[in-house]
Amino acid sequence: MDWPALLLSLKLSAWTVVWLLPLGIVVARQIAWREFPGRAWVEALVALPLVLPPTVLGYYMLSVFGGASPIGAAWQSVFGRPLAFSFQGLLLASILFNIPFAVQPMQRAFQAIPDEVREAAWCSGMSHWRTFCLIEFPLAWPGIVSALVLTFAHTMGEFGVVLMMGGNIPGETQTIAIAIYDRVQAFDERGAAAMSSLLLAFSMVAIGAVYVLANRIGRKHG
Amino acid sequence: MFAALFYMAPIARAATVPVLAAASDLQYALTEVAAAFTLSSGRSVKLTFGSSGNFVRQIIQGAPFELFFSADEAYVRDLWRRKLTLDGGVLYAVGRLALFVPHGSPVKADAELNDVAAALADGRLSKIAIANPEHAPYGRAAREVLMKRGLWQKAQGHLVMGENISQAAQFAASGSVEAGLLAYSLVVSERMANAGSHVLLPADLHDPLRQRMVLLRGAGDTARLFYAFAQSAPARALFEKYGFTLPAAGH
Repeated sequence: MDWPALLLSLKLSAWTVVWLLPLGIVVARQIAWREFPGRAWVEALVALPLVLPPTVLGYYMLSVFGGASPIGAAWQSVFGRPLAFSFQGLLLASILFNIPFAVQPMQRAFQAIPDEVREAAWCSGMSHWRTFCLIEFPLAWPGIVSALVLTFAHTMGEFGVVLMMGGNIPGETQTIAIAIYDRVQAFDERGAAAMSSLLLAFSMVAIGAVYVLANRIGRKHG
Repeated sequence: MFAALFYMAPIARAATVPVLAAASDLQYALTEVAAAFTLSSGRSVKLTFGSSGNFVRQIIQGAPFELFFSADEAYVRDLWRRKLTLDGGVLYAVGRLALFVPHGSPVKADAELNDVAAALADGRLSKIAIANPEHAPYGRAAREVLMKRGLWQKAQGHLVMGENISQAAQFAASGSVEAGLLAYSLVVSERMANAGSHVLLPADLHDPLRQRMVLLRGAGDTARLFYAFAQSAPARALFEKYGFTLPAAGH
């Protein structure tokens, strides 16, 4: 078992969730309730990573943030280290790639809240912020949790972007999915088997939790 | 806001342990060299294996490697021209290619590739594993061998390409192909020896795989010590153990 790789994956997943919790809520509420021109395109953009091959994102991340590009060079001169092949670069890619996993369940949860409930809250003098904290957030909570679980689990398993963008550097960008690939190439069957079974069990538990939560929402609003 | 995003993320880098990028034909040899280095110096290094061409691309894009073991010196020259290395590097080994056949394969291993040719003709050979010639030096050598034996055209449609030579070896050892043109340094390892048999191919069938290592810009003390250690007698003995031909010292 490659503990540093597992730890790195957990760290990457946790930071992705930390960033996508507020970002996801803001975007999901806009899409759920606002009518604005081009809304369909925004929704399409949010869903894009679902169908986009990870290598495509990896390619663009490298083109835009690699040391050979102006942005990458500027980054390096300011921060003294490249964005590509670093944990921070990986985190940025991971946030972009998980947008649909975070936004879509939240969007469905917010859409399931009847308009009358929010209007009633406003009529009784509650501010938008209090309405969000006391009414919307508790009602949407199961959807938000499944969004976070999905994001976390999906980050644990992400491979293509990490391979292209991360460069397989132990302790910095070698996540557990990459470590499994590495162990197989090194003929370390036992190491690969241990890590694979762990990820299998983890994914099963995560996706199971999402379905349990989804059933709970269904009962509430069905 | 963007900057805050990255400042908040914890930095995982252990500054004292350098990351070394190595051609994957060194998978076994360099792992042992690194263990010997740690034993004698008390310092550790992190190794990452892959195809030389891929590493060059990553180094150009700013990957934080400190020492690069290329399977082909042309890549080192390229980096040197781009001023990404400290110097021109040093030749540390010459790699050889071997024909590997997994147990149970209907193909016989011979140094002239006669049975590979016959098996391609009569359909016994459906798949042969090589590394990707586009960016893996051993893949390029394998292509040269097949061309020289007049088999390159006939092998089209039968080639399974590994992303690097270690992955090609993995394909071959799994028994899902009938043969593989692999790095000799990998097939002599215990795991590969248990999975099949091999024969060393004549060195004149392909351009020599002159393997050069080079310190990259920003290399620290540990990487420099490792660079020196890799040229020392104990390290050379390990390269030799894995079937590399050794250059005269200091080339």
